[in-house]
Amino acid sequence: MGRFWAVFFVASAVIAVGLCWVAPSYGLWFPGTLKGGFGAGVAHSSIGKKIDDLFYLVLVIVAVTYIGTHAVLGYVLWRGATIKPEEKVLFSHGSHSLEVIWTIVPAGILLYIALYQMDVWAAYRFKEFSPKKAEAVAEVTARQFEWRIRYPARGKTLMPTPQPDDVYTVNELHVPTGRPVSISLKTEDVQHAFFVPELRIKQDAVPGLTIPVWFDVDEPRQYEMVCAELCGWGHYKMKARLIAVSDEDFGAWKDKAALEQFDDGFKKPAE
Amino acid sequence: MSTLHPTLDHAGHDDSHGHGHGHHELTFIQKYVFSTDHKIIGIQFLVTTLLMLMVGGALALGVRWQLARPWEYMPIAGDLTFGRDGGQISPEYYTMLFTMHATVMIFLVIIPVLAGAFGNFLIPLMIGADDMAFPTLNMLSYWFMWPAILFFAFALGLGPEWLTHVRGGMDAGSAQGWTSYPLLSALKQAAPGSEMSQTWWLMAVTFVGVSSMMGSVNYMTTIINMRAPGMTLFRMPLTIWAMFITAILQAFALPVLTAAGFMLVADRVLGTCFFIPAGIVVNNAAPTIGGGQTLLWQHLFWFYSHPAVYIMLLPAMGMVSDMLSCMSRKPIFGYKPMVYSMAAIAGLGFIVWGHHMFISGMNPALGMTFMVSTMMIALPSAIKTFNWIGTIWGGRLQFNAVMLNCIAFVSMFIIGGLSGIFMAAVPVDIYIHDTYFIVAHFHYVLFGSTLFGVFAGIQFWFPKMWGRLMNDSVAKVHFVLSFIGFNVTFFPMHLLGVAGMPRRYADPYHFEYLSHLLPLNQVMTAAAFLMGFAQFLLLGNFLFSIFFGEKCGRNPWNANGLEWTAPSPPGHGNFDILPVVYHGPYEYSSPISGDKDFLMQTEYIPLAQRGIESGH
Repeated sequence: MGRFWAVFFVASAVIAVGLCWVAPSYGLWFPGTLKGGFGAGVAHSSIGKKIDDLFYLVLVIVAVTYIGTHAVLGYVLWRGATIKPEEKVLFSHGSHSLEVIWTIVPAGILLYIALYQMDVWAAYRFKEFSPKKAEAVAEVTARQFEWRIRYPARGKTLMPTPQPDDVYTVNELHVPTGRPVSISLKTEDVQHAFFVPELRIKQDAVPGLTIPVWFDVDEPRQYEMVCAELCGWGHYKMKARLIAVSDEDFGAWKDKAALEQFDDGFKKPAE
Repeated sequence: MSTLHPTLDHAGHDDSHGHGHGHHELTFIQKYVFSTDHKIIGIQFLVTTLLMLMVGGALALGVRWQLARPWEYMPIAGDLTFGRDGGQISPEYYTMLFTMHATVMIFLVIIPVLAGAFGNFLIPLMIGADDMAFPTLNMLSYWFMWPAILFFAFALGLGPEWLTHVRGGMDAGSAQGWTSYPLLSALKQAAPGSEMSQTWWLMAVTFVGVSSMMGSVNYMTTIINMRAPGMTLFRMPLTIWAMFITAILQAFALPVLTAAGFMLVADRVLGTCFFIPAGIVVNNAAPTIGGGQTLLWQHLFWFYSHPAVYIMLLPAMGMVSDMLSCMSRKPIFGYKPMVYSMAAIAGLGFIVWGHHMFISGMNPALGMTFMVSTMMIALPSAIKTFNWIGTIWGGRLQFNAVMLNCIAFVSMFIIGGLSGIFMAAVPVDIYIHDTYFIVAHFHYVLFGSTLFGVFAGIQFWFPKMWGRLMNDSVAKVHFVLSFIGFNVTFFPMHLLGVAGMPRRYADPYHFEYLSHLLPLNQVMTAAAFLMGFAQFLLLGNFLFSIFFGEKCGRNPWNANGLEWTAPSPPGHGNFDILPVVYHGPYEYSSPISGDKDFLMQTEYIPLAQRGIESGH
């Protein structure tokens, strides 16, 4: 019976690994444009690509550890199940050198991951497109249960307070592609979080704070934008879109949106 | 102690001490209800938490129902509990469900079953004391759970409206998530569940905190002062080390949560603004006056709740170490590294709370600090895992239900620990934060590890509680169903998280990028129901075995610990022979123990018989 249990636990590990292996082909992996049938979506922002790379690095390390520990676990279980009655149990209180090895090796690996990732975090939060370099395209204000977005008029910069010629949209965030842009994230009521899965961007919107979030989008199309922090009963329905368009289209869209917004039906009298 | 051979005769001299309490007659109520006996209190905690486990499980199945059949009519339970919504789960009801599921499972199951049930039952027995240092305080620590349970019921919307002032029944149950982030939890207008039910919720958490604090003070005092002769610190079973370290964690972390809770109650009731910034307009209410910071709550809350994660894990780690060693008939591998790594987990546990807040808008530089400390806390956990595998290695394994649950603990803890590395990596956490990846991770730690450890512990120490064994075959069936149900429910959640499915969504499928996840969620829900109903096997086995289980003697497992020298069940005052300790607790298959493969801590082996030095 002991052998059955050894196989049972090893089989559970094999199934777990197998499930992860086939998951991308069933769409159970990163969202984003699929790359060559593999099924794993590719991120649409440069920071998102770095996040994916880091994820895969951690995944490899974790997978090797998981398979290794479960192989050893399977071995010791099998051995413990097949031990003969006359065979002596290994009487050991431990091994100093083993303890040293399995302290230093994981410590080294963990420290490697810790140091390696600092760059990506710094890229997201400190350097490269710091808010000064990224153009502030919009102020995004979350509220129960929608997103209100304010853009500066074409050719102007975003001011902290609303201006008379600002352009507004609801639940549609328009951004230009191909260059770093930033948004000022706010909330009008409770806490929300700005999350664009295909860009891998997430930031909480905290009452009383204005938080800059910067990113770039590489492909002009629509991306789903959701709320990722519990904000009340309608948390699940803060459905919005991030609409990325080329630079010219962005300017053209803003002109059109401003025209529509300020249109009061009043026409110049015919001359 | 003047002699190295404790005998019945000798124990007679100590009677005035050991049996001192037993001589005056106790009424039924004193003996079984308001009992000051640590064993009765432990069993009271155990039975209460097992019942709460079923309540929390039922709430979870409600959540799973909605994720598998969104907005569909729920038969039977739907008519009973939300009939006025047509038997459909409403969004506010859904937010209440996951909030109260987490609340019940954390505050009324995991924390009290480990510290309350096993801590109470085992500490005096394992260190050779006749009871806790403060028996009355101990009794109070149990009875302070009941106001908490009552208030949580009010928070759930179950109380009469004239008493609780919760308007709207269960639809207006507490719905802020168990983390209760302001402003959702601070402003009454924010959600139906933010009204009176949230105040009840905070009061209940305070009572749980008071209960835990009383336990914690008691455990520390008892372990420091009341160990039997010869029970040095490094002869203590790892269970006791774990309980000791947990008690320290609780004593230092809990006051912060209690204080934060009172601050939030003050914000809600007295009009203070600790957590409320100015000029916030919620649901067209008047703007807040403000001046506070919502992030302050997150810092205070996680300063308690991250150590609390280890409060919910360390005792199970200790218990599994004891059981693995016994069922492998082999000493624990690396006793001192095990102790030191638990201490390291406890120490580091206080400086990692910020990893819950990587995207919260706190200073990004702080993220780096918390990331490094979080990476480092993985190290002692890894060391413990290797030592558990080392313990099994080369042993004569007894594949009973206790052992199977312990192996499951190790196997599930590896998954839960490794998935933690993803979220410790700050940039990866940007993406997986608040997705189902997190849900998968903490269920692997809290259910996969702790609860399987608890299942093992119940079966292992059940004979000491009742003098009878639990049925091993039923326990094995329960194990297999729970293990399969658990993994099929929770392992795919990693994949949902990678696919970007956010937590706490009543209906994720109306987002295009999540719409294809419904079939998988239906499989998971079926598995969750299997796992949920499998727990009736545990309850049934538990109840049946109390009365009809196979009778056993003092030491059915041939284990070494002091608790196995006491009668089963031990009488008031625990030991008929005052134990004297000569060995560590893990001398299984020792060459000096002769024909037996165990060596009880109380068994004296004359020097002449020791062929070799055991090293202890």
